[in-house]
Amino acid sequence: MSLFFNYTLNGISNGMIYSALALALVLIFRATKIINFAQGAAGMMTTFIASSLLAHGVSYWWAFVLVLAIGFAFGAMTERILIRPLQGKSELNPVIVTIGLLVVLEGVAGAIYGNASRGFPAAYSQSGLTFGHSRIAFSHFDVFILVAVLVLMIAILILFRATTLGLRMRASAFAGEISRLLGVRVGILLTLGWGLAGIAGSLTGLLVAPTSSFGPYYMDLVLVYAFTGAVIGGLESPVGALIGGLVTGLCISYVGGYLGSGLEPMGALVLLMVALMARPEGLFSRPAARRV
Amino acid sequence: MLRHLLFATFGAGIMYLVTSNISLFDNYQVGQIASFVVVLAGLSLLTGVNGQISLGHGAFMAVGAYTTALLMTHTQWNFILELLSAVGAAGVAGLLIGIPATRLKGPYLAGMTLLFALALPPIADKWPNTFGGDQGLTMTTPNAPGTLSPQEWLAWIQIGGALIVLVLLANLLHSRYGRTLRAVRDDEIAASLAGINVARTKVLAFVISAGCAGLAGAFLGLSTGVVNTGAFPLTLSIQLLAAMVLGGTGSLIGMVWGGILLVYLPQWSTSLSGHFNLGSGVSAYLATIIFGAVLIVAMIAAPNGIQGGLRWAWRRLPGSGSGVGGSGSSAAPGAPTPVLTDE
Amino acid sequence: MSYRKSTSGWRWTRALVAGAMGITLATTVLSATAGAASTPGVTSSSVNIGATVPLTGPAAPGYSEIAPAMGALFSWVNAHGGVNGRKINYTYLDDGYNPANTATQTRKLVLQDNIFADVGSLGTPTQAAVQGFLNSQKVPQLFIESGCNCWSNSKFPGSSGWQPPYTVEGKILGAYIKSSFAGKKVGYLFQADEFGQDFVKGLDQELPAASVVSRQNYDVATLAGPLSNQMAALKAAGAQVVAMATIPAATALAMLPAAVIGYSPQYVVSNVGADAPTVGPLLSAFAQKGGATAAQVAAVGGLLNGVITDAYFSPESNVSNPWVQVEKKLLAKYAPSLYAKSGLDGNTQYGIALAYTFVQALQAAGKNLTRAGLLAAIAKSGKSFVTPGFVPLSYSSSVHYGFQGAEVIKLSSTAPPAVTPSGSWIGGTAVSPVEVTNVGSGPVKKYTGKISAPPKSLSKSA
Repeated sequence: MSLFFNYTLNGISNGMIYSALALALVLIFRATKIINFAQGAAGMMTTFIASSLLAHGVSYWWAFVLVLAIGFAFGAMTERILIRPLQGKSELNPVIVTIGLLVVLEGVAGAIYGNASRGFPAAYSQSGLTFGHSRIAFSHFDVFILVAVLVLMIAILILFRATTLGLRMRASAFAGEISRLLGVRVGILLTLGWGLAGIAGSLTGLLVAPTSSFGPYYMDLVLVYAFTGAVIGGLESPVGALIGGLVTGLCISYVGGYLGSGLEPMGALVLLMVALMARPEGLFSRPAARRV
Repeated sequence: MLRHLLFATFGAGIMYLVTSNISLFDNYQVGQIASFVVVLAGLSLLTGVNGQISLGHGAFMAVGAYTTALLMTHTQWNFILELLSAVGAAGVAGLLIGIPATRLKGPYLAGMTLLFALALPPIADKWPNTFGGDQGLTMTTPNAPGTLSPQEWLAWIQIGGALIVLVLLANLLHSRYGRTLRAVRDDEIAASLAGINVARTKVLAFVISAGCAGLAGAFLGLSTGVVNTGAFPLTLSIQLLAAMVLGGTGSLIGMVWGGILLVYLPQWSTSLSGHFNLGSGVSAYLATIIFGAVLIVAMIAAPNGIQGGLRWAWRRLPGSGSGVGGSGSSAAPGAPTPVLTDE
Repeated sequence: MSYRKSTSGWRWTRALVAGAMGITLATTVLSATAGAASTPGVTSSSVNIGATVPLTGPAAPGYSEIAPAMGALFSWVNAHGGVNGRKINYTYLDDGYNPANTATQTRKLVLQDNIFADVGSLGTPTQAAVQGFLNSQKVPQLFIESGCNCWSNSKFPGSSGWQPPYTVEGKILGAYIKSSFAGKKVGYLFQADEFGQDFVKGLDQELPAASVVSRQNYDVATLAGPLSNQMAALKAAGAQVVAMATIPAATALAMLPAAVIGYSPQYVVSNVGADAPTVGPLLSAFAQKGGATAAQVAAVGGLLNGVITDAYFSPESNVSNPWVQVEKKLLAKYAPSLYAKSGLDGNTQYGIALAYTFVQALQAAGKNLTRAGLLAAIAKSGKSFVTPGFVPLSYSSSVHYGFQGAEVIKLSSTAPPAVTPSGSWIGGTAVSPVEVTNVGSGPVKKYTGKISAPPKSLSKSA
């Protein structure tokens, strides 16, 4: 029972991280119908920048804010420079471009920072919380992860649901041509979508690094599981990303705990297949009109 | 049919000239290119012709390689039969993935196949007594006839296999079934109204494509001589997709370019980065950077892949069709819809 | 050539020609000019050797330092006239720890670069993939950087390991657990591959089965975050001693979540996973939050303090050891950039010692250098090669393992620290005499022979 409890807590803290990166993938997919395979690597790169800032004496929270801003700028620039020229081409091309970007970023990080894994500080203590006289597998930092991801999620939802900017973003993603005719500047809104995703990606990088072997490749598997979460959630829905990421984290934790760590990805695959058999476009997708 | 065979024979002749005039190491690499052409051609059929994306073809290769290696370890079967079993086993794996795939659209399918590529290799590691663990399973190529070197002989087997696969796939695409595949890609609803069984068509495309990957896996296992899971990382599947798109999605012959890139691009990047006077670590990463940058630049500069770019250039040549050997175009103006370069 | 005369409608021909031309263009490589001498890679003034190692990719951290450190020793040898008048040309290629790449790069070294021998290539799956090829080409596969039990195999007479086999390590540490932590419950955490399985084989030989309460493992390909579940399970099983066959990253990813749940068993870690300069920076994350304080950074030492591990040569923290002094000088002089970046750590020490072993093999093989002669020389006089190892190498015509002994050490905050460019990390002190055993069922017994000092030539000129 206590093992089950621990597995659940581990699943939640990992799942929240997958949710954050899944949110980034969803933001980009909504805007441009592209899966950004470089999203994890972008978060890795900005976390290295944070690491450099910290080494130069910048305080943690200043570095934190700066790096989120850099993530925004990087995401927006990626859209402008690499993705925009591919508009109207085969939908495979942007996939390959983001894969290329992933490879370049990992190479650049390796060349500049070396390949040795290093430590990265956590925002709060990593000692488990105590209840009565037992320490549980959920630390102060895990609480911070939970709060940070939820705050980001709520901010994005408010932006989409309660502001005209968000309304325009949703409109331009849903029906780009019509929005353009109605005078919405679709281009800048797509860039904005990528920028917001950049923030989510940077945040993920900062949250994963302290409990991981922080180096050029530490985001690779996080991206795969975040992608799983995003697909389960339906790729279009921020709430779906949250739930999908969480479910993926829990599934992996239970499978790893009870069946062995080598079976974790197989567990995730089975989960994904079951979810997609029930809802081929994810659990939180809009019911699409049948095209005849 | 006859024409494809004839041309394949012709290609075999050329490859004979090539293989017997290059070094042993180059033979090894030409054989690797041929192996990659096999998996890429299958992927091109699945993604380019039938419109289903796969980020998991590295795992199908693993299925094929392990199947042949297990048969070589435990049985005395005929070599050809062992290779065909790789096709069969990978085809069955393709069936298992292809059936749920029929209901999925692009990115959802990408997600599922990506996880498949990640999930499969650790299964083999879980049973080291069966699958050999880190030490892997040994694969041996039958003895070379006559005075042929083992490298040349293996290259022949791989090139021969690649030519057979290309001919079979070319005929397939030329047939009614090829049109069915394209019809399903272009509009599933229209295709089903026209009496095509959409689900069956898509599953079959997956099975054929996975079967090709299985053969390629066995071929690459023969190149290495040992099969272990480290040879089938997630990055392999991703590189395959990239090479397929760079070669020219939907084209079969463009996959030769894809294979060349897979084998030579890392080496070219390494030797290029070696020209800068950097420490070994930095230089190795520079090679990675060059590799990634080529992917990006190529996609922006030649969005239809190398084969598409060549076709474009060919059309602009005055009096195209005469004597510009080596350009690789296959769609001269006025020619009927190309079989090998589905447009 | 006639095949160019294709009719314009014959697309296939053109396409195939194009493909063939592409390949021909791509493969126009000058075939290497092998000397007239019968032994490939050897001339009167040089000998070419090569290796494949991970320089990039997830397996590169730490390991990418070994080959450049070997290069430093070869530079020293070359600066002093080489071996028997031959300079050593050492080429190492990146395989990213992918056996398929290893296969290609090794063939490049053998078929194109004509190496005399493959020396100091890294990894179990990677080297297993080329063991057959190298032996069939009669290219010696020397001093493989892996402790797999598979390198001493009469089917592959040209292959040999160098570091202690993982089973030997497991036996020595298992024997220590049995005698020093008698009656305690033991749990395992091991990497689910040859490394972990061979290590556990050694532990199991020494420990009573009833004392092992939990066996946890992890798959290195899917090692993403903390090994929280494994540590929770070990805690739940009541394991008081946790024996770990882990890579450095996994050591940190195990100790961190254990500390989160307040679980602090006695850790017993394989040599690979206990390298303080590699594990330390990872663990430092645990101590730092927001802004790090000195007290928190000191707590990192706390996590590693008291960890039991084994060593088969004197660790870099032992600055008074003459080998350590020589190695430091040599690295600083002949690989200054590597020294500035990594300093002398377990990996660079390893590279220097391994390269020196090979140099002695070349010397023993004599002026008339052949591959068979080299292997015979190692089998004949390998036991008397001078190394920093606590025990002599155990090479013979039938045994192709290097060291088969080690001493047990305890990392301790009172021991002199290991100082590297990345910081100052906890050092260790010996808690057992040097012990020897073998891969099979031989007992773990005390080593009574002497430990070699560095030769004068090295200490003088480095």
